[in-house]
Amino acid sequence: MLEVTDLHSYYGDAHVLQGVSLKVAPGEIVALLGRNGMGKTTTIRSIMNLRDPVVRSGDITFHGQRLNDLRPHDIAKRKIALVPQGRRLFPSLTVVEHLTMLKSASARDGWTVERVLATFPRLAERRQHRGNQLSGGERQMLAVGRALMIDPELVLMDEPSEGLAPVMVQHLEGVIASLRKEGLGILLVEQNLYSALALADRIYLIETGRIVHHGTAAELQADPASLQKYLGVH
Amino acid sequence: MTSKTSTTLRILAGLAALVLVAAPLAMPTYYVSVATQILIFAVLAMSVDVLAGFTGRTPLCHGAIFGTSTYVVLYTATVMHMPLPLAMLLGVLAATVLALVFGLLAVRTSGVYFLLLTLALGLIVWGICLRWTEVTGGENGLRGQLRAGLMLSTRELYVAVAVVVALVTFAMWRFVHSPFGLTLRGIRDGESRMASLGYNVPLHLTIAFTASGFFAGIAGALYAVFNDFVSPSTVQLSQSVAGLLMAIVGGVGTLFGAFVGSFIIIALEQAVSSVTERWLMVLGLTFIVIMIFAPEGVIGKARLLMAGRGQSKTKP
Repeated sequence: MLEVTDLHSYYGDAHVLQGVSLKVAPGEIVALLGRNGMGKTTTIRSIMNLRDPVVRSGDITFHGQRLNDLRPHDIAKRKIALVPQGRRLFPSLTVVEHLTMLKSASARDGWTVERVLATFPRLAERRQHRGNQLSGGERQMLAVGRALMIDPELVLMDEPSEGLAPVMVQHLEGVIASLRKEGLGILLVEQNLYSALALADRIYLIETGRIVHHGTAAELQADPASLQKYLGVH
Repeated sequence: MTSKTSTTLRILAGLAALVLVAAPLAMPTYYVSVATQILIFAVLAMSVDVLAGFTGRTPLCHGAIFGTSTYVVLYTATVMHMPLPLAMLLGVLAATVLALVFGLLAVRTSGVYFLLLTLALGLIVWGICLRWTEVTGGENGLRGQLRAGLMLSTRELYVAVAVVVALVTFAMWRFVHSPFGLTLRGIRDGESRMASLGYNVPLHLTIAFTASGFFAGIAGALYAVFNDFVSPSTVQLSQSVAGLLMAIVGGVGTLFGAFVGSFIIIALEQAVSSVTERWLMVLGLTFIVIMIFAPEGVIGKARLLMAGRGQSKTKP
């Protein structure tokens, strides 16, 4: 489904991604793990063609179609959704407005307002609250719900568990796992190793813009040297 | 605030608005004329608010778009002897097309660049109106007999304008509260977020700019009938600034605040200019006071105060 090959991205003259390659298949959760500043968010932004960074070489394809030269809204129209880091909601819109902006409240196909609210009952209780009146966990739920409203085939999630209480992380992990069951591909960018290990089918480790390890979650767990070297986990 | 009290408040506000709109009919014709002007300029201010309040782009060219419509109505009706409804339609069309062109040029900029670009575009229109004397009459402007042709009294014209303004206001309210209007607010809050959700941000902004110009064009066409005269002063920068100030004084992003802003500025202008020639100074001072004590505008401040009261009532 998504195939990134030898991606080189720059912030000005800074060569941030130095040949990143990865794949995500339908119904698969792939985690991209790494410490701060290693290029995780840059990878996501490069896939969505959000400037900066600027992709200078490499290929990004989705169902065999090249995405490199498409604008972000055209990429989103190909059913790739982004859940950005820090949630980045619209502070002046209510929960329902966030969702109806993307699809009419009376829509019956794919993800609907009611289905998102049923998936996240907490949001249903807050349906008239504005983006800036929600707690961190509620914001994250809304950010995921908003992404689902475009009926994606692939969801790019940038550190969804960041700053959330453990109970919220657990709930979110349940939702992400259920999305996989429905056949969605998920690229999960994480710092939280345990969350990634619990969810991911395959894991890529990124270090200073290069993929330095690739394998299943079980393989990574069995490789304490890599965990310690690249994530600082003992 | 419960939904019941909110509905009651809305009904009361609607009734109060009806009384306010009907009140000038019981006054001398001078006041009816001022009230007509207030309604027309409220539409101009609302058209500015559609952009400034709902997309976060503050334009300084709406006076030029408004005035273009006025010019076209007066020229086609007076010089080309077209029927008034057709002339008004052409005026609105000209304003809409002009707004589309301005929009295509301006929407890729934001902040101070957008402000300056729209200011420059407005100045080009002013320069054309001033220099293209064969068509625009230059500084002498164009004078018509549109009101006489309609055979409407000042009061009848006021009622007609009030009906049109009510319809246009409803259309604008629907526009900003539609799913499309929500996307505009989304763009105001975060452009790249909207792009990553699948929205073509420049296209949406161009549509918003064009729609805003369409509404400004309706105000300009009404002004042609009301004023029966147009000159370069109608398209000059101060007209754009007046529209913007009315939107700001009433409350940017409130839409209906435009009526309050238009009332305050035009009523002050009329009242103070009859006493002193330095009415602009008084207007400036009033603007400063409003910006210090109610930077969110009169309606914005009222909403904040009501929300505060609602919250304090719900506290245990």
